[in-house]
Amino acid sequence: MERKPGPVGGASLFSMKDREYGDTMPQKCPHIPHVFKVIERMPESLIAIMDALPYLLQGSMVTLVVVVGAMGLGFALGAPLAAGQVYGHPALRRFIAVYVWFFRGIPLLVFLFLFYFGLCTAFDINLSAFAVAIIVLGLISSAYQSQIFRGAILSLPEGQFKAARALGMSDFKAISFIILPQALRLSIPGWSNEYSILLKDSAVTYALGVAEIMARAHFVATRTYQHLPLYFAAGVIFLVLTWVGTKGLRLLEERARIPGYSPKGL
Amino acid sequence: MTAPILRIENISKRYGKKDVLKGASFDVLKGDLKILIGPSGAGKSTLLQCINFLVKPDEGRIWLDEQEVHYAHKRDLCAYRQKVGMIFQDFNLFDHLTALENVRIGMVRVKGMGKAEAGERAVMELERVGLREHMQKYPAQLSGGQKQRVSIARALAMDPKVMLLDEPTSALDPELIGEVHAVIRDLGNNGMTMIMATHQIGFASSLASEIVFMEDGRILERGTPDKIFNHAENARTREFCSKITELYGERG
Amino acid sequence: MTEGWLYIQAEVYPALLKGFWVSLQLIAPSALCGLVIGVMVGVLRVYGNRPVMAAANAFVAIFRGIPLVVQLFIWYFGLPHIGIYLSPFVASILGFSLCSGAYHSEYIRGALLSIKRGQMLAAQSLGFSKIRMISSIILPQAIRRALPGCGNEIIYLIKYSSLAYMITCIELTGQGKILASNSFRYTEVFLMIGACYLVMTSVATIILGRVEEHLRIPGFERQRT
Ligand SMILES: Nc1ncnc2c1ncn2[C@@H]1O[C@H](COP(=O)(O)OP(=O)(O)OP(=O)(O)O)[C@@H](O)[C@H]1O
Ligand SMILES: [Mg+2]
Repeated sequence: MERKPGPVGGASLFSMKDREYGDTMPQKCPHIPHVFKVIERMPESLIAIMDALPYLLQGSMVTLVVVVGAMGLGFALGAPLAAGQVYGHPALRRFIAVYVWFFRGIPLLVFLFLFYFGLCTAFDINLSAFAVAIIVLGLISSAYQSQIFRGAILSLPEGQFKAARALGMSDFKAISFIILPQALRLSIPGWSNEYSILLKDSAVTYALGVAEIMARAHFVATRTYQHLPLYFAAGVIFLVLTWVGTKGLRLLEERARIPGYSPKGL
Repeated sequence: MTAPILRIENISKRYGKKDVLKGASFDVLKGDLKILIGPSGAGKSTLLQCINFLVKPDEGRIWLDEQEVHYAHKRDLCAYRQKVGMIFQDFNLFDHLTALENVRIGMVRVKGMGKAEAGERAVMELERVGLREHMQKYPAQLSGGQKQRVSIARALAMDPKVMLLDEPTSALDPELIGEVHAVIRDLGNNGMTMIMATHQIGFASSLASEIVFMEDGRILERGTPDKIFNHAENARTREFCSKITELYGERG
Repeated sequence: MTEGWLYIQAEVYPALLKGFWVSLQLIAPSALCGLVIGVMVGVLRVYGNRPVMAAANAFVAIFRGIPLVVQLFIWYFGLPHIGIYLSPFVASILGFSLCSGAYHSEYIRGALLSIKRGQMLAAQSLGFSKIRMISSIILPQAIRRALPGCGNEIIYLIKYSSLAYMITCIELTGQGKILASNSFRYTEVFLMIGACYLVMTSVATIILGRVEEHLRIPGFERQRT
């Protein structure tokens, strides 16, 4: 049995287009009582996990790049969307509401297929699966992040805006220097949640062949017939990444915290 | 007679069917301290906010230094607001900035001054209200009286020609009112033009150049403190003054 | 134009209808089981004894922390490793129920904790047993508070039901993929699929809003404070 997986020829760190997924059926094993089977196969399972670990950890770098990229894109789009939805012209507000409804109402998988197989081909745009993954996750995240910021903006007392205006600030300045800096601080808990959602959603990009953790686990599993241990290992890596990221954001929250200033209503 | 520094003519405002202001007019001379008194809901806050166009009046015109203010022009409006300082009942300090940054941000972001220069000026203003040693604190770390003094410093840093004060001490504990009054008194002695809504008539009668009594969106009576408090013509004014004297103690 | 219509009538419409039906068969039982699991786990996390509470918390941490795709792969591709074989359909429902149950339990738990102590004291003073108190005094209040969150979770479930396709359960998205691969009309087909999901999530949002409105008690604040 071949045990050294490693990327097959031609597959880069970021994509594994050389295979179709979903074509693998569960491998039948002779029938032995389940508990014994786990124990009996324990040693080979452990070896399989240890062998695949470096390869999976490489995948976690890809996952992190996708997640951070999507969060950044979502932030860059989400913050102005939120400001527009709270302070904008009624027509703009309606447009943003439709945008949010659209990107929150359709599954990620459908968007991935639509962009990668549909739009990219139709408009002859040559994007890698990796780039499409970041763009699609980022667009969806922008809809969610805009609602996080919107809630934060609405929870600020109205007097903040009034005081800024009374100093002679234009609305644009008041929003960028007074409202957003406060709203962003209040948004950190929401962000931490968004991070863990993106992290989990990034596993779906495996459907396009992005070589993230899940894709690699499946790749190795179909070659070593060690499905359960490898998915288990992938799950543990995700748990660790969630934990580390949430911890990091909590530190950020701690550092950005203003003494005596407690977020209300979030 | 010198020309008035601020002139307000026929300001009206309605919310839905309710007329909150029914044509208020007055002139303010340089160095005046005009005090607005009147029962709750009379429209004092609304009038002050209309003067700064934080609430857009439905009707009425305003002149500052004989220049009519065209508040529909965004640029004119921002320029006008720099010259009119506003102090709020609930302070409205920017919660994410320290006392120093609160005072500095208007100079940096609105006037376009350099950070260092603005910082020096901010320290000066904080010193003037007696808060130099608290300048690195965040609003939540300051007492109510300190917050209100920071907000006065913030307004002063913009070099306003007129200050609007909306019940600056009504959210404060009685023992903190004095420190804010001292700052305001000091401002008045230095010739600042102010319009102030307050229920503190002891303070009002000792300092005001004119008292304006409002009720139900109208200016009912106006005059020197002595006239309003001791020889008011209008029965409603007399009634209100005697009630408020009972509530807020002796006038000084 | 007419060719397009023919294609839609002859191929797209029946396929999407079939896929839509499978999706509904996935979503409805999963939503129901998920809610039941969520309520049970939520109650155990608040009122259980130490070990039970710890076990319930661990369940939630694991099922919320691991991506649903990984969970589905474990149920479908992983369990055969120890001799258990599930059909794609059953594996999907199992995965959806457990995962959304873990999420529901978060809202239920938050709502339970938000109920004022006085309610419990009053119930106890009337002689309610613990189980009676929870089921007839606490839960009816908590469920109203948890409803907005749980409703959201059901909307998520509708969207995540598309992941069943990844373990070869051919529902709406799967039918779309097959159609698109045969006709190479990816954009049109996936826009139509997207529209179907939009209809489902929007209708679900409206229904959940109605339910919330219907269950509303005057003066009983819906938001947790
Ligand atoms: N945004 C608004 N929408 C509707 N009505 C308003 C609004 N703001 C103020 N009002 C109404 O306008 C009237 C005057 O309010 P205003 O705050 O100016 O009174 P005031 O004299 O400052 O009273 P107080 O002494 O209590 O501060 C009140 O009846 C109030 O209900
Ligand atoms: Mg007022």
